[in-house]
This record gives sequence, C-alpha cells and structure tokens, in this order.
Amino acid sequence: MTSVQARGLNCPNCGAAIQLRSFQFAASVVCDSCLATLDASDANVAVLQTFEKTMARARPLIPLGSRGTWKGDPWDVIGFQVRQITVDGINYRWQEYLLFNPFRGFRYLSEYDGHWNDIIAVRGIPEGGSVSGHPTATWRDTTFKLFQTSSATTVFALGEFPWMLNVGDVVTVKDHVAPPFLLSAEETDEEVTWSLGEYVSGERIRAAFKVTEPFPSARGTFANQPNPLAGTPARYWQAFVMLAVALLVLVGLRLGTAGGRLASAVDGVFHPGVATDKAPFVTDPFTLAGPTSNVVITSSATVDGSWLFVGMTLVNDSTGQVIDVGREVSYYHGVDEGESWSEGSRSDDVRLGAVPAGRWFMRIELDGPDAGRDIDWRIEVRRDQPGLIWWFAAFVLLIVPPVIVSLRSAAFETTRWAESDFAPASSDDSDDSSSSDSDD
Amino acid sequence: MTGVQTSCPNCGATIEFRWAQAVQTTCEYCRSVLVRHDLDLTKVGTSTVVPLTPSPIQLGTEGRWHDRDFVVVGRLVYRWERGGWSEWHCRFSDDTSGWLSDAQADYVMSRPATPDRPLPSSDDVSPGDTFPHGGERFVLASITMASYVGTEGELPFAYAPSGLVPFADARSTAGNFATIDYSETPPLLFVGEPVELRQLELRNLRTFEGW
Repeated sequence: MTSVQARGLNCPNCGAAIQLRSFQFAASVVCDSCLATLDASDANVAVLQTFEKTMARARPLIPLGSRGTWKGDPWDVIGFQVRQITVDGINYRWQEYLLFNPFRGFRYLSEYDGHWNDIIAVRGIPEGGSVSGHPTATWRDTTFKLFQTSSATTVFALGEFPWMLNVGDVVTVKDHVAPPFLLSAEETDEEVTWSLGEYVSGERIRAAFKVTEPFPSARGTFANQPNPLAGTPARYWQAFVMLAVALLVLVGLRLGTAGGRLASAVDGVFHPGVATDKAPFVTDPFTLAGPTSNVVITSSATVDGSWLFVGMTLVNDSTGQVIDVGREVSYYHGVDEGESWSEGSRSDDVRLGAVPAGRWFMRIELDGPDAGRDIDWRIEVRRDQPGLIWWFAAFVLLIVPPVIVSLRSAAFETTRWAESDFAPASSDDSDDSSSSDSDD
Repeated sequence: MTGVQTSCPNCGATIEFRWAQAVQTTCEYCRSVLVRHDLDLTKVGTSTVVPLTPSPIQLGTEGRWHDRDFVVVGRLVYRWERGGWSEWHCRFSDDTSGWLSDAQADYVMSRPATPDRPLPSSDDVSPGDTFPHGGERFVLASITMASYVGTEGELPFAYAPSGLVPFADARSTAGNFATIDYSETPPLLFVGEPVELRQLELRNLRTFEGW
C-alpha cells in the first residue's frame, strides 16, 4: 500500500492554510493565524470555537513542527497548550507540548517556571492508599504521595490534538510525587486518565529539539524535582558510622599501648619510718624530643590502705625552666555492712601541657606513712601522650558533614512541600494557612 | 493460510482470502460487505468508506505476540462522540483470533474470554465499578457509546450494524485490560493487555510521508 500522505486543510474561519503533522490522528486543530479551534476529524472542518482573548498569545518555547530525538525515537512537536490553576486567588500557568510519532503514539513535555517533565500516559489504574495519614497512589511498586489537587483550565492552545480540545476545558488534576517522578490523575465527569512524568532538565530538551533560544532557568523547587541530596545523608551517616568505629578502634589501640614514648623511668622502695626515704633526690637527665607537646607522668605505688605523696620538679638542664607538680597515690578498701568499697587508685596520671623539648631531669621528694608495709613505687615520664580531647574533636569533625547534609536535604524537602496542599502550618507563611481548606 | 480466491458477486473483482475460514469480508473495490457460505459470497450490505485511520497497522501486517505469529486479516472501525478506534482482527498461528485495539496510538491486544460470573448489565455500570475475572479485580475506567462505522477485510462473524452500543473499558491493578461489549446479549468480554508496537515485532507496516 502507499504511504500515508500528509494532510492539509484551510481554516474555515480565516482561510489560512493548515498543514496537519499528525495525519488522521488529529481530531482538533487550532489555527495558527486566527486561533480558532477546528474539527479536524471530518472533511468539512467545522469551527468548534473562535478565539476569545482571555490572555495574550502565548509563544511556545519549542516551536511547533520541531522534530527531535527523544528517548531513542524521533518525535514531532504538534500541539501546545497553556493550562492554569488558581490557588488562593493567584493564577499559576504552565505549558504542555504534545509530541507525536506515528509508530510510537503520543507523549507530552510540560514546563513550569523553568522546570520540565517528560510525560507518558499510564495504561492502568494506580492503587490509592495512605501512608501515615497522607494520601498516596501506588503504581508499579512505587508509592507516590499526594502533592496537590487542583482544577486545571486550558487557557490557550495551538496546533493539533488527538482529542476534541476546547479552550476552557476544565479537569481536576491530582498530582502525586515520588521524585523524580510525578503521577497525575486527570478527572472529568467521564473518565480518569493517569500519566507519569519524569523530571528532566530543560537543557536536555532544548538540545534534543535543537532550540536556539535559551529556556527560562528553573526557579524555586518543583513538586517532583529530585532532591540534589537524595540519598546523600544516608551515605554520609554510613561513612560516619564506619569512621567513628575506626576512630574508636584507634583510641582503644592508643590507650591500650599507653601511648606516648617513655622518656624516663625511676623506681624504688619507700620504707615507712625511714627518714632518708623522705629525702629529695634527682634523677638521671633524660631527653624530651620533638616539638613542644605534653608530658604525662605516671606515679604508681603498691599502696594498700595507705598513701604515698610524690613531689616532682621537672628541671630543664639548659634553660633552667622549672615545672612543679605534687601527686598523691592512695588506695583504701574494705567491707562495710556487707558491702565492699574501695577508694583511690594505685596509679596516678598527671598531664603537663606544652613542655619544650630539651634535656631535663627531675627532683623527686617522697612522703608517706611512718608505719606500715614497704611501698614499691615507680615513676614514668612519657612524651606526646595523645589527649582524649583531640579524639573527641575528631569525632565532632566527623559528625559535622552528615549533620549538615541532613539539614540541607530536609530544607529542600521543606521548600518542596511548602507549595503543596500539605504545607506545614508555618509561622512566617501565613498566606499558606488557607491552602489546604479551599481547593475547589 | 492464503490462496483461497473467489470473486465479488457485486462487481466481479477478485477476492483473495488471507484467512481461509473467514465468515465475512468486504470487497476492496466496491465496498460490498460479503458473507460467505463455503465459497459462495452473498452481499449483505455496503460498508462506508473506512475512514483512513492514522494507524501504522494495515491488512497484511504480520507480527508476534506471546510466542505466536499472527497476521492482520480484518478490521472493525468504531466511532464515538470524540473520535474513533479500530479493532484489528488478528489470526494467530494456533488458529485463534485476537483483536488489536488501536485508539490514537494506544494499543491493546485482547482475546474473547468467558466471564467468571455474569457481567453487569449495560444500564447498571458506571466508572469505578469493579468486577472480578481470572483472579484479578477489574475497575471500570470509562463507558463509551460507540457505533460501528465500517469494516475491512475478513472477520470471524457476520457483523450486523446495531446503532450506538455501550463499551465498558476496565483495567486491573496488574495493568491488564478488559472490555465489555454490549452489542450482544449477554454481553461479550474481551481480556487483554496493553502493548507497544515495538513489542509485536511487526512487519509490513504502513509508511508515513516524512517518517
């Protein structure tokens, strides 16, 4: 059989020639010259509607007749309409482009404030439901949350449509979102039709249809615009948990090996009642290396129901700098009324901050009880002991990125839902408070 | 499947059957609707010129659906208030019939089905009603008053025009389609699934100027 020929007609209203791009698919066509709506379905082309100037002539961003390659197939732009909803007395308008391919049928592109959707008909009925009281619609295992119910009116049209389009046609639109997808039900008295939109960048569409003029840039947050941080908080928290565990392991290892480098150690026995054991003495000189950092002195003593006071003076051999510190090691324990108790410890740590490098020695003076058992003691000097404060700081640094992305992601969702029927009643947005109770 | 030839009792043109068991055909030249008794054809009426619906499908288009080859041998054309659609009669390699419904590039392949239980009567249906079939719940999406406006090719029955008839379209949540055709009593049920042309591996499609 021969090829289906392109079809032309003359507008019965103004006489202009009209070339039909969708062959016999066209049911109605809007004359580009006089904007009358015509019945393209029979040979006698009746005027369905003449143009009533309710708004200025709208100019499609993608010229009618453009052919582009979209999702792997060629598509012609054959129809254009502007639709309007009114919320709280304010008119919001968006554009819809009808695409045609004789072997693939129809699809739509929509544009609002620089936000684009690629839309196909859903051939089935999504299942209604609700999640935590929020109405939903489920289609092919994806659950969409109801975003907005509105009454959409066609206020301007150009080109061909496979249905009898009339300017002034009103449908009830229920938009459900699961970014980047948008599931919409359009209801008339006769039927409900569902469509599935996917958020796409205007630049992709502009390139596909070779439009030379720039598209308006996207403003605000659109209902099904993907959250740029979608999934990011979860990934950040996962990374945080892994790093925090690693940090804890490191802390454990560091503390387990007591950390730091041993610079000096001295030990001896304190004999209670022996006066010479209370006489001061000096240690051998030792070297504290590296940059100025901390020194930890650990005093341990085999005290048991007794105490040992350790007076220490660190002396820098070359500069004469002196650091004094006195510590008491004491340990008591017993049983009182059947309950065992203990107090103190056989070991004591003292941290000295910012000790310069150099040759040092220590002057030590012990004091203890005048009676009782002998006390073995040991004093260790360690350099560069990692402080827990730094571990804690590291932990805080680790937690900052996930907290920030979580807050930013939540802020994006707040701006998305602020435009919906389900906007939280916020104090700074008093004009939103009535949006949920009047959407007729 | 092909090769059976006879001639039109009205104009004498050669009529070649694509499907040997066809009950009705329409003469391509004089548009006489012919009902067949063995090889004798009786003119029962004249089909209006079938409006050239914009389909890439045509008589003789071949394809494959659920691992069975089919060939398009006939067509019924319906018109309703806001448009029209075609039901393409497909003969499958297992000698059964299916109908490829073609409405503005929306395609559904369906087959006659025996209802699980009596279907609702035509004055008792409205959109949103449900009925079960084959373990699925079908929801009525729309009821369309349509009339038969033409025929082409070979059909498995002698189709009698009957004025405006309700057609109830239903969909299941699993995505299957059903149509209740009220042209007969009790009504007929067709059950099928939406298809895209690329799934059907079609050959011998119509071509379109500029495409």
